[in-house]
Amino acid sequence: MTVARPLPHDSAELHVTGAARYVDDIPLPAGALNLAFGTSPVARGRILSMDLDAVRAAPGVVAVLTAGDLPFANDVSPSIHDEPLLAVEEVFYVGQPLFVVAAVSHLAARKAAKLAKLEFEEMEPLLTIDAALAADSRFEDGPRIYEKGDARAAIAAAPLSARGRFEIGGQEHFYLEGQAAAAVVQEGGDMLVYSSTQHPTEIQHKVAEAIGLPMHAVRVETRRMGGGFGGKESQGNALAVSCAVISRLTGRPCRMRYDRDDDMVITGKRHDFRIDYTVGFDETGRIHGVDFLQYTRCGWSQDLSLPVADRAMLHADNAYLLPACRIESHRLKTNMCSATAFRGFGGPQGMVGIERVVDHVAHELGLDPLAVRRANFYADFKDMEAGAAGPGGAGGPSAPRPGDAGTPPESISDEMKQGGPEEDLTSRGAAGLLAPDAVHAAPAGVQTTPYGMPVEDCIINAMVDALAEESQYDERRAEVASWNESQPILKKGIALTPVKFGISFTLTHLNQAGALVHVYQDGSVHMNHGGTEMGQGLFRKVQQVAAEGFGIDPAQVRITATDTGKVPNTSATAASSGSDLNGMAVKAACDTIRGRMAELLGRLHQVPPSAVIFAGGKVIAGATEMTFAEAAALTYQNRVSLSATGFYRTPKVEWDRIAGKGRPFYYFAYGAAVSEVVIDTLTGEYRILRTDVLHDAGRSLNPALDIGQIEGGFVQGAGWLTTEELVWDDKGRLRTHAPSTYKIPACGDRPDIFNVALWDGENREETIYRSKAVGEPPFMLGISVLMALSDAVAACGTTYPALDAPATPERVLAAVMRVRDGV
Amino acid sequence: MKISFLLNGERVDLTGVSPQTTLLDWLRETRGLTGTKEGCNEGDCGACTVMVRDDGGLRALNACILFLPQLHGRSVVTVEGLASRDGTLHPVQKAMVTHHGSQCGFCTPGIVMSLAVAHASGETDFDAVLAGNLCRCTGYAPIIRAAEAAAREKSPEDFPGRIPPEKVDRAEDDLTGGAAAVIESADALADWCLAHPDGRIVGGATDLGLHVTKGLADLGPMAFVGRCADLKTIRISSRETWFGAAVTITDMARSLIPLHPDFTAMLSRFGSVQVRNAATIGGNIANGSPIGDAPPALIALGAVLHLRRGAERRQVPLEDFYIEYGKQDRQPGEFVEAVSVPRQVDRLACYKLSKRFDQDISAVCGCFSIHVQDGRVARARIAFGGMAGVPKRARAVEAALTGKPWTDDTIAAAWAAWEEDFAPLSDMRASAHYRLEAARNMLIRYYLEDLGAQTRVRAVSA
Repeated sequence: MTVARPLPHDSAELHVTGAARYVDDIPLPAGALNLAFGTSPVARGRILSMDLDAVRAAPGVVAVLTAGDLPFANDVSPSIHDEPLLAVEEVFYVGQPLFVVAAVSHLAARKAAKLAKLEFEEMEPLLTIDAALAADSRFEDGPRIYEKGDARAAIAAAPLSARGRFEIGGQEHFYLEGQAAAAVVQEGGDMLVYSSTQHPTEIQHKVAEAIGLPMHAVRVETRRMGGGFGGKESQGNALAVSCAVISRLTGRPCRMRYDRDDDMVITGKRHDFRIDYTVGFDETGRIHGVDFLQYTRCGWSQDLSLPVADRAMLHADNAYLLPACRIESHRLKTNMCSATAFRGFGGPQGMVGIERVVDHVAHELGLDPLAVRRANFYADFKDMEAGAAGPGGAGGPSAPRPGDAGTPPESISDEMKQGGPEEDLTSRGAAGLLAPDAVHAAPAGVQTTPYGMPVEDCIINAMVDALAEESQYDERRAEVASWNESQPILKKGIALTPVKFGISFTLTHLNQAGALVHVYQDGSVHMNHGGTEMGQGLFRKVQQVAAEGFGIDPAQVRITATDTGKVPNTSATAASSGSDLNGMAVKAACDTIRGRMAELLGRLHQVPPSAVIFAGGKVIAGATEMTFAEAAALTYQNRVSLSATGFYRTPKVEWDRIAGKGRPFYYFAYGAAVSEVVIDTLTGEYRILRTDVLHDAGRSLNPALDIGQIEGGFVQGAGWLTTEELVWDDKGRLRTHAPSTYKIPACGDRPDIFNVALWDGENREETIYRSKAVGEPPFMLGISVLMALSDAVAACGTTYPALDAPATPERVLAAVMRVRDGV
Repeated sequence: MKISFLLNGERVDLTGVSPQTTLLDWLRETRGLTGTKEGCNEGDCGACTVMVRDDGGLRALNACILFLPQLHGRSVVTVEGLASRDGTLHPVQKAMVTHHGSQCGFCTPGIVMSLAVAHASGETDFDAVLAGNLCRCTGYAPIIRAAEAAAREKSPEDFPGRIPPEKVDRAEDDLTGGAAAVIESADALADWCLAHPDGRIVGGATDLGLHVTKGLADLGPMAFVGRCADLKTIRISSRETWFGAAVTITDMARSLIPLHPDFTAMLSRFGSVQVRNAATIGGNIANGSPIGDAPPALIALGAVLHLRRGAERRQVPLEDFYIEYGKQDRQPGEFVEAVSVPRQVDRLACYKLSKRFDQDISAVCGCFSIHVQDGRVARARIAFGGMAGVPKRARAVEAALTGKPWTDDTIAAAWAAWEEDFAPLSDMRASAHYRLEAARNMLIRYYLEDLGAQTRVRAVSA
């Protein structure tokens, strides 16, 4: 099968020769301008004056625009129009764009942008969670609360309880290619935009608004990004809009890219969180109830913060069946860059919260944390089907859910409000418009998440058993203990943590995708879909799907740049959904064309269409065999269309985010990792010695690409929780705004021994060839490193380490001292 | 100024370019060679890595902080020039494809170039080779698999890294208005410095480059010293080890292996391969940074700095060169000619503490050289970076140890002395409290290591 082959990334040869073109590499027509923003040096204040004479007079400057110079909308927000492209009267964070300079070179634009004379009436910025709470500065009216059972009563009734506070830092995306865009005005004022974006449709929408034209006048093309990780879901709007506005104004092509430091200061990052928890449990480690207070700093504008915070709530259970659970989420508005999407989209923060709770419970009981994890896992579906209760005794067999077989109602569009042109319906920041009464309740007796979704596809028990055995967890845990007995300075730790991650956009209507496939008369295939390529290998996977559909070699299927003129109204390539959605849409288009070809050939050769076989580059109809190219030519000559669109929408999902009830996810992806670390109790330095991963990609579309996502996701997740520390000063200035001060994992930081394996299984749901999404879930395997560090610190004394994240050497040493001093 | 070099085997002669034009900008904007990427524009990510060959051999360098005049008389190969003429991929390129070493592909050209240089030299410590090449997608594992596979393949016949540079004119003959000069001897530099007392001496530009790419500064008169053979000497005699100011950290680290291996080990974490290949010891000392990594070790070894102004030369103990933050004992027109280290029994241990092990700036860098005789501390030299506004000796701690029995009681008794020596700052790298705590613990580590204890996490395996 073409699907499931471990083919290399579609652009691998272009990558290694430097021939792969990124936005800033695209040659533009002569006379192109380069843009740069002048930005706010203060975190909060009123603009008293902006003297831009020196900027205008600087060498090479062609145009300088402030908010008042913008011809149409001054808005780059993906949600509630609270994010002007250029500041109006007030500023809300250090780095907020005030004006944009167009000059003959990138350097000339950057230099000129520094020459503004700015005066502000400074105000006290809201920077911390406590300051924002005190000022009641938040998005939405108040905290959002999801609840299952009476958590507080369950905790009070439990034999034991523990409480704690957990601070979790944010994370800079550090895509290697910074934000970049270019725009070339066309005849009649139409606009061609090149953008390094995960969301071409949103770029199209924002550009159209900014130049006062309908979306049909704007075409956005994205061949590839040099990394995205969520950081290019909404953060590219400002650059693309600037380029389009100035290209329209000057008639010249415009290009914009952020210098790395500007990129880190201006653009949003992963949300940082504080999680306060109270847990009730018994002597076996079984959790009776948990109460979470989640606080997150969203920054100055709403961006995608609401669905991010929602997803943190939705992963507060991770793989654990919590009999009672309460999650209260505060989305705080602060004077910092606006936190945004980042791989996992809040899920990692919610998940590391419950992992911390489990670790804490195990420490209180003196148990191996893995034993406590096992005591609380959801029951595997196999055990449920066999009628056995889950290991926790609270599972029970699953019953078919009402409406299980049903797809969303055909009249779904009727249920939605009409979105005005200003409403960006394809953004995750859009309001959820699905009528709440469409959400079905879970049947009684089924194990459910805290938001009432039945967990019917769980495999975590079997996976963890297999991983623990394969990695010799028990033996190594004993070895770690004996090492720690004998070594005074260096202490080891080991931890196994699970991942259960929900797959689907929680804004239900985004779970759709389109594709466009042409078969040419020579049998070559042009394939296009709404997904974007950011390194994850989506284009190759979808190409394999198309090749499989026609029974041809993948080389016959041309991968083409994402283009809003070919497939409209696309969702962002986000939420791990790329292959699930676009693979299905492409398959649908291929099935249509293949169906037409089979119909024709069947008729010509007197066989039923279903008996026409497409395989090995051949088409076989009865006794006749021809090449796929011959079949295509024949189809053309018979005046049958060889072009089709494909469309897909995810079934079964329905979600009321206000009530916190329903089925936000089509399915869950699972994984588990064991990490072993060593720490130096003199300085807090540490190293990951070994990591073993077992991850569930369903029936993998491409095992090589999937393993690449897992290895990369793990290291990125470990980086988030260890060395990647964002530091702002008391003026709201980011002090870690370059790779010299912000430390993503380097080559030597990956585990010494690093074993990654795919779980041999298939998706229970009917996804594309029964595969599972793999973009985000492996990120959370990195939590095993934080928990292993906690285990190592715990070996230094008696109290619980309560290790915050990122666990820099400084935090590790501080935890060692606390544990040693018994506090 | 006329600059001549080879680019992918073809001769390039440039006149009239600004001497502070970076190779990266010139490649991308003027030559249209966009394979070399800008990731950070400060030498930290390696996406712009190119191969440069000169008399000293083949090296990987960061093009983003490499000024064009630094290339005079050299041969440059970019990613576009790596494959064979017939299009056959270099073994490193091939392996990167086969082993799934690229995902988004943006760091890939730089990774390929770093690995190609290593491939040519047979270097197989890939963690070290790639410490200066950040990848955000792969987690590095497939890149290492590719590197290991490529190491088993032969270097291609027409490997462009073998192309020797062509003989070029002495560029200083073509000075335009004295704004920039490629200098070829220490004597010529002495004259230039007298004539340009506010001029900038450019060694590797790993620090100065950022003044241009980040500070957006006009550097004024610049003297490029990369072709000064007499400033690149390393001389090891029975009395001292002598390093000319333009000796690169790479060359210095190599020469120190038999003398002070822990110094070499620490220098292997100085920046990255690309940075060490460019950065000079003179620059690391003269820029006065409180967090440069070489000065604390040199001070602990009792190094002497050799300064020159015109024909006048003087020597100062290195620790005395640093007066306060931003201020050094250097007169207008004076320059660092060399640093020398007295030969001694090796007792040096260097502890570099940073958030990330490789290619990070020290939060604290503690260097200890404590000589023990008959169970007592005979001599102690301890110096720190990151603990004050300058690299600084821990004189109170040294005094508290000297003459005392070499025991943990003595170390404990020195507790208070640390606060006499240091009142460190809190910043984004570390808090003051942590710095002091870690510094104290480094002395404990030195003591325990002396007793044979295992205290380094990098020496441990699963």
